[in-house]
Parts: sequence; C-alpha cells; structure tokens
Amino acid sequence: MPLVKNGKPVADPFVAVADDAPLPDAPALVSADRLLKEGAALFAHAYPVGVIWPNSKDVLQLEPFLARLAVVALVFPKFRDGRAYTQARLLRERLRYTGELRATGNVLRDQFLLMVRCGFDALDVAKDADAAAVEKELHTYSVFYQPTGDGRPVPLRARLAARNV
Amino acid sequence: MYVYDEFDRTFLQERVDEFRDQVRRRLSGELNEEEFKPLRLMNGVYLQLHAYMLRIAIPYGTLSSDQLRALAHVARRYDRGYGHFTTRQNIQFNWIKLEELPDAMADLARAGMHGLQTSGNCIRNTTTDQWAAATPEEIEDPRLYAEIIRQWSTLHPEFTYLPRKFKIAITAAKHDRAAIRVHDIGLRLHRRDGETGFEVIVGGGLGRTPFIGKTIREFLPRHDLLSYLEAVLRTYNANGRRDNIYKARIKIQVHEIGTEEFTRRVEEEWAQIKDGALALDDAAIDAIRAHFKEPDFATLVDDPPELEAAKADPAFARWHANAVAPHRKPGHAIVTLSLKPVGGPPGDATAEQMDAVADLADQYAYGEIRVAHEQNLTLPHVAQKDLPALWRALDVQGLATPNIGLISDIIACPGLDYCSLANARSIPLAQDLTKRFADNDRIADIGRVHLNISGCINACGHHHVGHIGILGVEKQDQEFYQITLGGKANHKARLGELLGPAVPESDVVDVVERILDAYVELRTDPKETFIAAVQRLGIEPFKERAYAAR
Repeated sequence: MPLVKNGKPVADPFVAVADDAPLPDAPALVSADRLLKEGAALFAHAYPVGVIWPNSKDVLQLEPFLARLAVVALVFPKFRDGRAYTQARLLRERLRYTGELRATGNVLRDQFLLMVRCGFDALDVAKDADAAAVEKELHTYSVFYQPTGDGRPVPLRARLAARNV
Repeated sequence: MYVYDEFDRTFLQERVDEFRDQVRRRLSGELNEEEFKPLRLMNGVYLQLHAYMLRIAIPYGTLSSDQLRALAHVARRYDRGYGHFTTRQNIQFNWIKLEELPDAMADLARAGMHGLQTSGNCIRNTTTDQWAAATPEEIEDPRLYAEIIRQWSTLHPEFTYLPRKFKIAITAAKHDRAAIRVHDIGLRLHRRDGETGFEVIVGGGLGRTPFIGKTIREFLPRHDLLSYLEAVLRTYNANGRRDNIYKARIKIQVHEIGTEEFTRRVEEEWAQIKDGALALDDAAIDAIRAHFKEPDFATLVDDPPELEAAKADPAFARWHANAVAPHRKPGHAIVTLSLKPVGGPPGDATAEQMDAVADLADQYAYGEIRVAHEQNLTLPHVAQKDLPALWRALDVQGLATPNIGLISDIIACPGLDYCSLANARSIPLAQDLTKRFADNDRIADIGRVHLNISGCINACGHHHVGHIGILGVEKQDQEFYQITLGGKANHKARLGELLGPAVPESDVVDVVERILDAYVELRTDPKETFIAAVQRLGIEPFKERAYAAR
C-alpha cells in the first residue's frame, strides 16, 4: 500500500515483523505486545524501530518509549472506527510525540484531512488511486472551526482562536 | 438571528464542493456503497424505503424568513411540494434524487443552510428551546451556546467517526422544552453565586434501551463549556462500545461503568485540557453574541385594545388561549403554529405554507421563525396588536388549529410509510387519532396530553416520554401497538409504564379514547391534568378501562 508522508508519496523503509521473528537488517515495525514485553532491548537494534499500536490500547502506555520510537502506526480496522483519532491527538498534544505518526489500515481519501488535523503526518493509503488524491483532499477546506492544538499552524476560527492559540 | 459571516459561507461552499465530488465518485463506482454511506449520512442523505431522503439542519431550530423560503423552494423544485419537520428541529425531504442532491445543497447553501451532521455517527444539530430569547422565564439566550457548540462540533476531526450518533440539547428556562434529560448530553443553563454556568447531564436517550440522563456536574462555568464537552466526547470515543450497534450510545457506556466512574474519567481528562485552546472568555462569547441580531422591538403595552376586541370572536379567543404565550417584551407574544391539522401527517408543511409563514414572519414577526421539537413552528416575536390579523392569515393556511399541547398535537416519526427501519406505520394512526379528537371543545376539556408515536423501537417519536406513548411492533406480519402511560420529557423527565398487551391497529384509537374517558371520570377536577392523574392513580384504573371492551 502506498505511503504518503507530509502530502508526498514516499518509499516505506519499515518492515512489519512477526512477534517470534528476529529483527531484520532494516527499519522494523513491531507489535504493541512485543514492545511492552521486550521494551528498551528493542532499541539496541541498529535500525530505527517503530510500533503498530492497536486502537483498543491506551496510548499513554507508550510514554516511556516515545523518545526512541521512529514511528507510531495507529490502526483504522474500518474507516468508521474512529478511536485512533483520539489516540493521535493524545500522542501529539498530551505526550508531545514528534516522530512519524502513521495512519494504517482502512485509510481512505475522504478521511485524510481529518487524520492530518489530528496529527497524523504519514498515511498508509489503502487504495492506490487514493494516493494521488492526497494533495487535493488536504485542500478540500481552507477554513476550520475548531483548534485541535496539534502544534502546527492551523487556520483557526479567528474569533475563538486569536486569543487562545 | 445568527448571521453567517464570510467564514461560514466559505466553509459551506467547500462542503458543497466536497459532497458534489463524493457523489460523482459514487456514481462512477470509485466509492462503493459501504464507503459512501457514512459520507452521505453526514450530509443528511438517507436511503429510505422508496427514495433518498435529505435532512436539512436547522441549527437550534432558528430560521430566517429567507431560509424558510429556500426550504419551500427545495420542496417545490426537488421534492413533491412538502417537507417534514422533525423532533430535532430539522426538516426532511423524502423524495430527492441522488443526482440532484448537490444542486439542492448548493441552493440551500446560498441561504446559509446545509444537511451537515444531521445523520451519521457524529455530533448532531444542537437543539434548544423554541422560545429562546423570547420567553420571560430564561436567564440567557441558550442559542449563544448552541452556536458555540455548532462551531466547535462542525467537522470536528476527532469526533466524526464516533461509536454512534451524538445529540446535545440546551435549555435556559425552568420549563424544559428541549427534552435535555433524554439526550446524550443535556445542558441546563443556570446561575450560581451570580455566575452563569451549566448543569451537565450525560447518558440520556430513548431507543430500545431508554435512560434518563445522569447529572455528572451540577455547575460548569460557562467558559469551560467546550473543554468539558471535548472531555466527555473523548472519553466516549476512546472507550464507548463498538462491538454492537445497539450498545454503542454513550448511555450504555455510562450505565455499564457507572455514573461515578464515568464522571471520574471525564474530570480527569478535563483537568488536562481545561486551560487549553478551547477555553472560552467573555470576549469570545460576546463575539458570538454580536452575530445574534436582536429584533428592533417596538415599545408597546400588554393587552392592547385591538387584541381585547378580537377576543369577542370565540374562535379567536380559543386560539389565543391555546397557541399564544407570554413574551419578555411588553406588548409582544410568542405564537405557536400547529402543524397538526385534523387528518394531516404531523409535522408536514407544504411549500405554499412555508412561503406564507415566511411572509407572515416578515410582516408580523421580525422575519424570524423557530421549529419546535414537538414538530410545530413558532413565531417568537409577534406584537399582540397584530395577533388577530396573524390568526386570520394562519387560519387560511390551515396553521391555526387550536390544539397546541392537546391530544391531537401528536409527535410521530415517519414510520413504515417512509422509513426502512420501521415495523409499523405511524402517520395513518396519527391521522385517525386527530380525526377522532377533532372536536375543539372536547380536546380543550381533556386538556394537556402529549401523545407520541414511534413506528419501531428506535423511538424517533419519543414514545417513552409521551404522556401516552404508542410503539409500533410487528406480530405475525401484522402491525400491533404497545401503549405506555406516564412518560414525561420535561425537567421531571420519566419513562412511561407499559399498559398491557399490544393492540392491533384497528383498536388503538378506541383504546386511547377509553383511556381519556377514564381520565375525565377519574380526575379530581378539571385542573388535574391527565399526567397528574396518572401519577396519582397509577396505570391500573386506566388499564382496566383500556382493555375492558376486548
């Protein structure tokens, strides 16, 4: 599935690794269980390590690892299941995570903008055709009503935001 | 009236363009129906039994005369010449063609209207008192806060794919006309120590598992409104159930983990965000207030001679006693327009009626119209001296039936005539009931009775909180109806009690009539209302009579 980062198609250097497999000689994505079990030992690996974090687990558990994680991939099992939007905002706004925040799973173009506004900067796009539409989708709106506080410049509602952000 | 600015207009145009592109991709097959469904729902587009239905948002039930004309235009141009006002202060059109939807939406957007978030698992139109800013009872215009919530909740990126739909209602008056205790969040504006804030009620709702909402905070300072709502929504989005559509509303989450634990989680989350970007201040609230233009009220006195003279006509006097309520400004009144004529579908209005009401609003009511959750219309600001002329004009349009709050002022869902979820029809039953109770003297004598009909357990007709609730069920492929008594939607909200076995469609009107005959016999005096009698006597005496003839 094509990976789009900051609005541009990019090669994905990360390899998802099974829990019982050794880490490859490449950037690796491990499961949440493996991260919690093996912990700091994983970061001795010569390549960057990221985690695939399910939407049913509290992201606050990630706090001790965030400084060393290269990628946090949050999961949309169905595009209608919106738990990862909350997880993304907590990672960005509460835990101040600044690494790659990747949306993975049933990632479709009509949700791209919502994802980016919640703090995702990488989209693991489910349909090839949608990858070409990322730029267009991200410009569907030029105005937004609410601050999401993701630390990026968001054109906020002037009357609410000028004083607060 | 809230006046949209350039920001709102830009946003709406972008929304129309986005949906036009989504419809194009659906028609070309790029989007399958599963992918398209939530997108169209969040634009108010349902697929019903016979056609697509378009539901238009009427934020907090407030319309300008031009907006009402735009609705009349849509009814005429894209539908079959009428629309249906809903219990959430919205309007539905039942016969729209998918390929014409983007054009209908573009026409609406020109009047500052849309179908945004009138369906789907997102935060829906925030509803409020149809008497807002007109009734002497209230402490502040609740629409200010409804508008603040509208802005915050519109296309909220975190809360657009919630476990299930989410409805918020606000009241600022002692008498709750917004049914806040049966909403996902109910907000009651009140004052404490000179400060204005909200009682926050969470987890109310009807449907197949009805609950009265629980108060999780007695007093929330008004500056904290948005951060607190965000904390509630976040708690729900993160952990609300998604395994079973029937257990996905916030009421189930509150029920399963308990009010105390739910409150603890909300407060914990809120503590983290209360001083963040969502904190309001007086300047922000005043900026919204400035968008609500107060009518330029004339200086008048109460009970002018024109009004007193007109009361010599008993028909006018009856309507005046029934449909007119006191206003906070001397010499003014609040007028309710009945959309419940004898034999008509409750809540329907024709394009001609909408145009006529728009003209009357311009002539007599500062160009403002409200939609009431009881599926009637309201002119919130009418000079008392104009009431006789207004009444004559409304009567010509069939909008002056003197049945507001009475047995024939029925709340009903669209039922099996339109809805793909329904088990039974609602509208024909409502029509039969209004025909049985067509005698104005009789219904006035029976007095205040709220009768609510839902065509299925989803309870869109709010049958649980009707003084008399009627629920359509299916038994061996036949339409049967369960009857409940004693429900209330107001500040003392409670759920009705099941009277007994479901009755076939042909018996419902007779059963209702026997219940009301029993009430007239059993009441201590005509001042004891039906609901008071049910509370005093319990359902037994009514049950005996209701089933006596069977």
